[in-house]
Amino acid sequence: MRRRLVFKITIVTLLVVTIIMAAWSYFKNVNVAVLNPQGTIANQERGLIIFTVILSLVVVIPVFTLLGMIAWKYREKNTKKTTYRPNWDGSRLFETVWWGIPCVIILILCIVTWQTSHQLDPYKPLSSDIKPITVQVVALQWKWLFIYPDQHIASVNLLEIPEKTPINFQITSDAPMNAFWIPNLGSQVYAMSGMSSQLHLMADTTGDYPGSSSNISGTHFADMKFIARAVSRGDFDTWTTRAQQGSTFAWSEYKSLAQPGVVAQPTSYDLADSNLYAEIVAQYLQRPTKKTNTQSGPQMNMEGM
Amino acid sequence: MISTIGSFLLGRLNWSALPTEPVTQGGAVGVVVLGILAVAAMFYFKKWTWLWKNWITTLDAKKIGVMYIIVAILMLLRGFSDALMIRAQQALASGNAHGIVSSDTFQQVFSAHGTIMIFFVAMGLMFGIINLVLPLLLGARDVAFPFLNSVSFWLFAAGMILINASLVMGGFSPGGWLGYPPLTELAYNPGPGVDYWIWSLQIAGIGSLLSGINFLVTILKKRAPGMTLMKMPIFAWSVLTMTLLVIFAFPILTATLGMLGLDRLMGMHFFTSSFGGNPMMYINLIWAWGHPEVYILILPAFGIFSEIVATFSRKRLFGYKTMVVALFGITFLSFLVWLHHFFTMGAGGDVNAFFGIMTMIIAIPTGVKVFNWIFTMYQGKINFATPMRWFMNFVVTFTIGGVSGVLMAVPAIDFQVHNSLFLVAHFHNVIIGGVVFGYFAGLTYWFPKIFGFRLNERLGKYAAYCWIVGFFVAFTPLYILGLMGATRRLDHYDGQGWQALFIIAGVGTLIIALGIGLQLLQLGVSIWQRKKNIDTTGDPWDGRTLEWSVPSPAPAYNFAVIPTVAERDPFWEMKEARKLGHMPKAPVYKDVWLPKNSGLGIIIAGSAFLGGFGLIWHVWWLAAIAVIGVAVTVVLRASDDDTEYVITAAEMKSLDAPHHQKGQLV
Repeated sequence: MRRRLVFKITIVTLLVVTIIMAAWSYFKNVNVAVLNPQGTIANQERGLIIFTVILSLVVVIPVFTLLGMIAWKYREKNTKKTTYRPNWDGSRLFETVWWGIPCVIILILCIVTWQTSHQLDPYKPLSSDIKPITVQVVALQWKWLFIYPDQHIASVNLLEIPEKTPINFQITSDAPMNAFWIPNLGSQVYAMSGMSSQLHLMADTTGDYPGSSSNISGTHFADMKFIARAVSRGDFDTWTTRAQQGSTFAWSEYKSLAQPGVVAQPTSYDLADSNLYAEIVAQYLQRPTKKTNTQSGPQMNMEGM
Repeated sequence: MISTIGSFLLGRLNWSALPTEPVTQGGAVGVVVLGILAVAAMFYFKKWTWLWKNWITTLDAKKIGVMYIIVAILMLLRGFSDALMIRAQQALASGNAHGIVSSDTFQQVFSAHGTIMIFFVAMGLMFGIINLVLPLLLGARDVAFPFLNSVSFWLFAAGMILINASLVMGGFSPGGWLGYPPLTELAYNPGPGVDYWIWSLQIAGIGSLLSGINFLVTILKKRAPGMTLMKMPIFAWSVLTMTLLVIFAFPILTATLGMLGLDRLMGMHFFTSSFGGNPMMYINLIWAWGHPEVYILILPAFGIFSEIVATFSRKRLFGYKTMVVALFGITFLSFLVWLHHFFTMGAGGDVNAFFGIMTMIIAIPTGVKVFNWIFTMYQGKINFATPMRWFMNFVVTFTIGGVSGVLMAVPAIDFQVHNSLFLVAHFHNVIIGGVVFGYFAGLTYWFPKIFGFRLNERLGKYAAYCWIVGFFVAFTPLYILGLMGATRRLDHYDGQGWQALFIIAGVGTLIIALGIGLQLLQLGVSIWQRKKNIDTTGDPWDGRTLEWSVPSPAPAYNFAVIPTVAERDPFWEMKEARKLGHMPKAPVYKDVWLPKNSGLGIIIAGSAFLGGFGLIWHVWWLAAIAVIGVAVTVVLRASDDDTEYVITAAEMKSLDAPHHQKGQLV
């Protein structure tokens, strides 16, 4: 009996060690994006995850320990004599303890939740000495369009941003609902047609970070991947200049891009119409017209946008 | 001319509705062949009359429960084969490989998996088990409205058949299990797939609402004399809270799906992206139903565990009052958390924080319940039979699922894991760990009461081991993948080093498949060797509540004489009293009225099925006939006065004689 137990414990220990070794060698080479933050928001969110897990363990560890010990000790087959009290069904002290402890833990967590919900609200601008850059994001079937209204450029499936600079994203969709997510940089926000949501992120280090849509939006939604490329300020300026020499991008080019389909290679354009984003949002806000006008943007009153 | 007649008769149904891909064709052929085989077998063995008289027209809650469970098990096999396809696709489709099915089919597969597992497996098992034992637990002969019960079941079955018809004709919705618009609107999905999803849920959902009302009235009105609410078994309390949730939540689902249906059938704009429609409203509404729905599934499972832990520890349940308070706390709070499903919609810090905090508070009563169960075991004599194994699996799995739930309840964390595989792992963690394990435990526990013999213990334990090991192998990688940035519902992905984890998850699913196989084997072996595991006493587990005081299998009338209750665990107390030599009084038999069989339930549900089919394929005349059919049948039933038959006191005495000599609770 005893020898079998020792044998079992040895086997389990060996298994656990093997799994840990294999896992460690595996995770050295892959990007566990959420736990590998490259931006200020993602960094705070990782800290919050770790804090919450530790706090939860305060309850989980006692539960598992108690469950194991009690199940082992009071099993029917136990040959040692144990107390048996079939009618014992309440204890004010015990019940107070396990109403109390979770209450305290949740209270702590509630305070943290309240604070972080405001601190890390995607709509809250980041504080920095560096002037932020505005990027307008449009989710299309099945690609991402990034419009830089101040730089007068646009790009598809490539989001190039300068490092250590706050980025003010305005996000909409000309497709079913999507969600805009760059795990290494932090929060995701839904992209919805006729609405403009906001997100504020900042990359701390240069590098290529994968981004995607996390909300299903039709057949090829798995292809809605883009690269968020954080580069030095100089490289960013070079890239914008080069993009400005690209082909022009206005309403008609936009309408052909918005047709459902997958884009193979990221491209950049020279933005001819700095109001393009507002016009994309406004498509859903106006009365339908029978005529489809492809030459110029829809006639509309931009006040109140 | 011909085409006009054709389109009038058949709507938009034509040959192009047949499946085109090998995988879906295989599924369709499988469904059709199985159907033909079943019908052929019925003819061959000349069983149609038997089926009609004993099952289809029955109003006996126990038989209806058995039918619910049969449907749920069939659907579990279908939903699980969908799961295997999802896992196979994701294990293979890395980099340039595109797996075994096309993107569109893959999306139909995961939509069907989610819809079927929640609506037809979890709900089916839940209503099945409640039908089996709730009247027995309460000391009642039947549910409050036996005919309504039959209608509920057949509506559930009609929804099930409709969702499986999509395999053969027209395909299913690619919009996920909750079908968010605008993706599910005509602009993006004009075909019949989304309509299949809408109408199968609509029909089954009405059945669920009727069931909810039925069980609520049963609990409030049909309890044995002396059984006050605070003397009910906790399972009855959990069903009570569940029915409250059903009654408040399911109308929201009906209205929401109704509006989406109107958008699709009549070109309205409730949830379209343009012309004033508001998809965000749909998402709010569907979760105002959807979050209570997950508590609808879990609360009865909590109730089952409360019965099981007390029985197998041979001890009174610890903290009965707190258990009730916790159930009501969860019930109340479950309506205040729906927004946590879309923290990423940008509602702002105040709103997000409120819903996050409400969500966390649910962890308190849930945690208390776990502690109460553990302290029910404390100083008991625990018999680790299979139901208890499921309980141990449940505590371990559910606690971990709870932690990941609390993590996701913090909005700022949710911004990083929302819609990722972390979320998928979380809800499988609580639904498999809580709901599925709970109902498996309940099935094992009450099986002898319904069929008169126990399930094979050894195979049951092996199955429980396979499920728990398979679960962790299948879903731990998904937690990690979620943190790696893998979103849900991907039919292919770049080679970012994800494939190894997807393959491990696939292996885990195969281990679960082995567990399911063992459960089927367990059922077969148990039926084969039923003589060996026969339950002669009606009390195989040394039970505590009323259902164990009647013979196994329980007779149609449940109790020869309705017991009078004075204590919380009446049967246990009676047994204790007998040990002290207190013998029960001789029973006084009375005439018993029982509901007659009725075939109208299946006619109502059959009409609803045809109506759903007509609306999906735009066959308007069929939909119109179906509505008339339902109305006429309801009127017919309502004007029928001769719905009961009697078992006289003398007959009852002779029926009860063999059992009464062994003694029972009176």
